[in-house]
Amino acid sequence: MSHASADSFVQSGIVARTLARRGRWRAPEILFWLAALASIWLLPDRHLILNEIAIIGLFAVSLDLILGYAGIVSLGHAAFFGLGAYTAGLIAKHFALDPLIGLVGAAATAAALGWVTSFLVLRGADLTRLMVTLGVALILAEVANQAAWLTGGADGLQGVIMPAILGRFEFDIFGTTAYVYSLAVTFVLFVIARRIVVSPFGLSLRAIRDNPLRARAVGIPVNARLIAVYTLAAAYAGVAGALLAQTTQFVSLDVIAFHRSADVLLVLVIGGTGYLYGGLVGAVVFKLLQDWLASITPQYWLFWIGLILIVLVLADRDRLTARLTAAWRARAPGPAGGAGPANGPHATPASGER
Amino acid sequence: MADLLRLDRVAAGYGEALVISGIDLTLGEGRALAVLGRNGTGKTTLLNTIVGVTRHRGGRIALGGQDITGLRPDRRAHAGIGWVPQERNIFKSLTVEENLTAVARPGAWTVERVYGLFPRLKERCRNLGNQLSGGEQQMLAVGRALVLNPRLLLLDEPTEGLAPIIIEELLAALKRIIRDEGMAAIVVEQHAQKILGVTDDAVILDRGAIVHAAPSRTLIDDPAPLEQHLGVTARKSPGRAAAH
Repeated sequence: MSHASADSFVQSGIVARTLARRGRWRAPEILFWLAALASIWLLPDRHLILNEIAIIGLFAVSLDLILGYAGIVSLGHAAFFGLGAYTAGLIAKHFALDPLIGLVGAAATAAALGWVTSFLVLRGADLTRLMVTLGVALILAEVANQAAWLTGGADGLQGVIMPAILGRFEFDIFGTTAYVYSLAVTFVLFVIARRIVVSPFGLSLRAIRDNPLRARAVGIPVNARLIAVYTLAAAYAGVAGALLAQTTQFVSLDVIAFHRSADVLLVLVIGGTGYLYGGLVGAVVFKLLQDWLASITPQYWLFWIGLILIVLVLADRDRLTARLTAAWRARAPGPAGGAGPANGPHATPASGER
Repeated sequence: MADLLRLDRVAAGYGEALVISGIDLTLGEGRALAVLGRNGTGKTTLLNTIVGVTRHRGGRIALGGQDITGLRPDRRAHAGIGWVPQERNIFKSLTVEENLTAVARPGAWTVERVYGLFPRLKERCRNLGNQLSGGEQQMLAVGRALVLNPRLLLLDEPTEGLAPIIIEELLAALKRIIRDEGMAAIVVEQHAQKILGVTDDAVILDRGAIVHAAPSRTLIDDPAPLEQHLGVTARKSPGRAAAH
């Protein structure tokens, strides 16, 4: 089948209608992004932390692509984040190119690493994948540490001076340019990810997550899809790392450390997996919690984060969210289910024969 | 009539266990075959072997003249094998419509046509896979196989565990697919009387080998082989009389 005929098929009939319905922007989503946009003017003193939130949000969206949609658990996603950060830092330091070129370079190198290591995660199930991804990140961290001539080793990459974006927008000490830049990049990549997850490709990923053996038997090329999404997610993580390097103008081994992989997993635990916004919402909650707890109890903020994590997991966040959303919908006027996802947690169970 | 499917001395199993061996089978274009047998005789393994999810131990499988013995299951599906597994295995986090669109391929069978065949699915199009009844899940499993636009449909005990009224609905749909649309099919079924009216030919499996092969009509007219190998009597059904 030619690409043209395949495309015309995909665009036809129910398939196209399904994709259009799934891809439609809903009011809460529009409000979310309007709020993010408004924060540029409404929270001028908080641009530094908002920039971090945007970057962590993008990083979490990247992890959600593989964890929430394809079911690949990872404890080493910081490998791609770190590689992207170092790539962007080195491009800026040695070539003084536009930050956007740094982003492309970071995406390319991270995607290359993702593609190579994707063959490792194809094998085995959850525990194997956890160990393999953790191992890859540890190896990369040690390589970065040992290659001090290139990365600066434990001292970090010094002398990174970031040129103005498109030659016009200089980074400022208040983080305003940084936040607008990170938010714009995060938004663009989010829109692309959103389009991908509602496409037949995205649906097939969820089928693979549900049952890889069965997915293969109904014609889904499981390995090829997993390699593709892992590579894509690596590119996203690389861009997130590059944003951090560019907006802070510094890269250290911290970008590739284990805690980054753990943090982004925690962000998804807080926000939820499999709907992309979990990464963004989780990033907001996580960073604000971290900021707030660190200010009121500097020595014990990690204790509280840990406690919240335990409560969230034990209380079953999805169930809590479902109850809250059901209560909200019960109060909201208009047809039920109009704004929510078709496969939301409160779709009416089928009745009838069993 | 040209052979659509041909199995030559096929042997397969799981791990070290050999379940079927020496299977010779041919199926012509547009023909339907019933695979009968008691529990544990290798019926499901035979289908699984054609699909490619067992450990191949010998022999050759060809579809439309193409050797598919070494192909992965997804390549076999693309080559034209649509599978309705015994456990149905609907993708539970996808809606009915997404289950269909996730695997749909170009061809005569579209999602719309599947809805025409199973109107219940259209009513449930936005329900998740795990929110369907057993009958609806089976219809979705058949529909999911159809939108692949296969040349050969494999159905593993499609009526198992369903209410009689749903079985009738499903069998009527299968008759339409097989008899009216002329789709080749292999139907595994423990209950011969349910399926012989739908198929052209039948084989009986015992201990992983074919022990009897005959036209379905012959088995209905003379059920002695069924009594011998399955220990059951195939009753003549009014539906079958109409079919012939």
